[in-house]
Amino acid sequence: MTAELGAFALALALALSLAQVGLGAVGRWRADPALQSAAVGAAVGASLAIAVSFAALTVAYVTSDFSVANVVANSHTDKPLAYKIAGVWGNHEGSLLLWCFTLTSFGAAIGLFGGGLPVGLRTVALACQGALGALFLAFALFTSNPFERVSPAPFEGRSLNPLLQDPALVLHPPFLYVGYVGFSVVFSLAVAALVEGRVDAAWARWVRPWTLFAWSMLTIGITLGSFWAYYELGWGGWWFWDPVENASFMPWLIGTALLHSAIVTEKRGALQAWTVFLSIAAFSFSMLGAFLVRSGVLTSVHAFAVDPERGMVLLAILGVTAGAAFGLFAWRVPALKGGGLFAPVSRESALVLNNIFLTAATATVLLGTLYPLIIEAVNGRPISVGPPYFNLTFNPLMAAACLILPLGPLLAWKRADAAGAVQRLWLAALIALGAAALSLLVLSPRSAIGAVGAALSLWLIVGSLVELAERVKLGRAPLAEVRRRLGGLPRGAWGTTLAHAGLGVFIMGAAIETTAKAESAATLQLGGALTVAAYRVELQDVTAVDGPNYLAERAVLRVTKNGDEICRAQPERRFFPAGGQTTTEVALCGYGLDDLYLVLGERAAGADGGPAWRVRAYWNPLAKLIFIGPAIMALGGLISLSDRRLRIGAPAGRRTQRSLRPAPA
Amino acid sequence: MSFWPKSRKARRRLQVVLAIAPVLALAVGLTLYGLRDSVSYFYTPSQALAAKVTPERTVRLGGLVEAGSVVNHPGGRVDFVVSDGQGAARVVYHGDLPDLFREGQGIVATGRFVQAGEFAADEVLAKHDETYMPREVAEALKASGEWRPAAQGS
Repeated sequence: MTAELGAFALALALALSLAQVGLGAVGRWRADPALQSAAVGAAVGASLAIAVSFAALTVAYVTSDFSVANVVANSHTDKPLAYKIAGVWGNHEGSLLLWCFTLTSFGAAIGLFGGGLPVGLRTVALACQGALGALFLAFALFTSNPFERVSPAPFEGRSLNPLLQDPALVLHPPFLYVGYVGFSVVFSLAVAALVEGRVDAAWARWVRPWTLFAWSMLTIGITLGSFWAYYELGWGGWWFWDPVENASFMPWLIGTALLHSAIVTEKRGALQAWTVFLSIAAFSFSMLGAFLVRSGVLTSVHAFAVDPERGMVLLAILGVTAGAAFGLFAWRVPALKGGGLFAPVSRESALVLNNIFLTAATATVLLGTLYPLIIEAVNGRPISVGPPYFNLTFNPLMAAACLILPLGPLLAWKRADAAGAVQRLWLAALIALGAAALSLLVLSPRSAIGAVGAALSLWLIVGSLVELAERVKLGRAPLAEVRRRLGGLPRGAWGTTLAHAGLGVFIMGAAIETTAKAESAATLQLGGALTVAAYRVELQDVTAVDGPNYLAERAVLRVTKNGDEICRAQPERRFFPAGGQTTTEVALCGYGLDDLYLVLGERAAGADGGPAWRVRAYWNPLAKLIFIGPAIMALGGLISLSDRRLRIGAPAGRRTQRSLRPAPA
Repeated sequence: MSFWPKSRKARRRLQVVLAIAPVLALAVGLTLYGLRDSVSYFYTPSQALAAKVTPERTVRLGGLVEAGSVVNHPGGRVDFVVSDGQGAARVVYHGDLPDLFREGQGIVATGRFVQAGEFAADEVLAKHDETYMPREVAEALKASGEWRPAAQGS
């Protein structure tokens, strides 16, 4: 019964989304307040319907309703409750439902929280959001209905892939999707602005919070995914430049560029066309990502449901929506008024440069990701583009962007004094060079890339702090004045500092972990030991463990440094009878910011015929920073989001139009 | 400077172009250089034999792991034979094989041919999805008539 309810709600949501498009379009055309309010009602209704549908699927999973094909394929009665729920979005159909849920919820959010928007703009944005929703809902309903029944219902399900049964993977897709789909609001606002023919500071002020929110969620989502890959796949790597990873990374890069260009549009009224372009591009990249992940056109280590036919439909959706939006852009952009002028040395210019670097970096990632498709289409030879390509193209571009980053916030709008800004950064430069020298002295093997990374990292961190110190006049004003200024800083300023410093923290971790990590493996009998870097890892015991839906061998590894015990790590090797699959559970043993990464391998015969186990140990110096850094960045984004300026929305002059409040749905 | 445009708008446009040009040149240069060196071609064992792949090129080798061919040496070395039904190559790998590595399953190994028929792998991939058959392997097997969907496993 719940499945039918879910399927019905899904169809209802599609109908309501279509109504949202129609009401919005006609309402705007006739400037009819009743119809425009009805569009808001339809948006809220669509989102509620999808919520019911999503709840129905969740209920089917929680109660292990094996008459639903999707539950059979991805669930099992043995699974812990959290993973039964996570199973809802651990597959193509369910995750698509989650995608639609977020898409329609954002539509409802435009309607409900869009009181400060000009009514016309809001209505067109709602119509656009409704059109996006309708396309994806139709895709879900007609090609990937998660509520299809099987008859007779099997006794047991096939279970969720055990690699996905993991806390990070429970949270990774929702965050990622909120991030991906969050850009749809920006997309709709851009389309609406083009239709209305007005892109001004008020519009940019509206775009910023949505971009910030989507960007922060995407940052968290990507970080969770990367962390999952790090400890679950058992290779010790956290980023593989895999097509699926790139698919999530490209919207992030464009979103980052958009965050910065929207500031220029908001504060100075410049770069309007470019900001609109990025607003459209961000969600287009999200949809491109959905296509790459779900169509299987590219070989990836991550992809889940792969189906070329569905891929074609997604490609068509991408082509129609992005094509229409960019077409509209090309048609309407000449009508946009030019904005404020600025000198070659100014904060505007620094932000333009940031955008040039970010888009160039995105372009290289895009090319590297799609190059195998192009080549295969041209000469039929399957190829792959490996990490060396991305390291060679992406890293230098981003390094250049990081080099100018601390200068940006120190420059004044319109016309700035470059020498003054450089002068104020002497401390950051000194510390950065010191870090580079130190890393060359201390770390082995000696690595130029590691040194450059360490220098860039501290350049960013100290540079952000210098900017903060400048704002509060630290050292130049009495302490009471500094404290007063510190208290009066807008949250946006804190957000900027945190996000930039977080990037520095990440770079430190990434550079040092990549260049200085050590690895060691051995076949150990009980009591045997291996050494990795300065650590000794002793295999003390191996026991059999009976998990909720798996059987495991659990090792006890005693890790010591100079004879002092650091930790007792317990890596596992789990066998899941439901899928007949074995997974390794890595044990992470933290020592400060470093990780000891321990993997229990297969049982083998020892030298004297007794049992022995393959044990693999990695020493990953500063590895925690790789995940702490992005977490700080996301925190910075969220703090920025809570800034009063962003909540106020449109300037007071436009308040009068707020009398057209949406009717309660 | 006579070529410096008079209108402020045109001047700004020129400035933007001047800022973009070096970055674009850098990006294009790096991309071309990167694509020359870090693109790896995919071969099945018989294709590799026919193409006489040289040892200095990093390539990817795909096929089915031949049943009974996996030999675990002490010290972590693993040997196994990858075949496409028409040819076979011995793969030598140091390290832990992925959890989904099984005899009879399709895998893709990245590495170099040390000599004809002998492959030193740096990385062996099998996908999360347990019904996984690498796309290239599936297509190559279909082309050679060795495609048996049942061989995909459960």
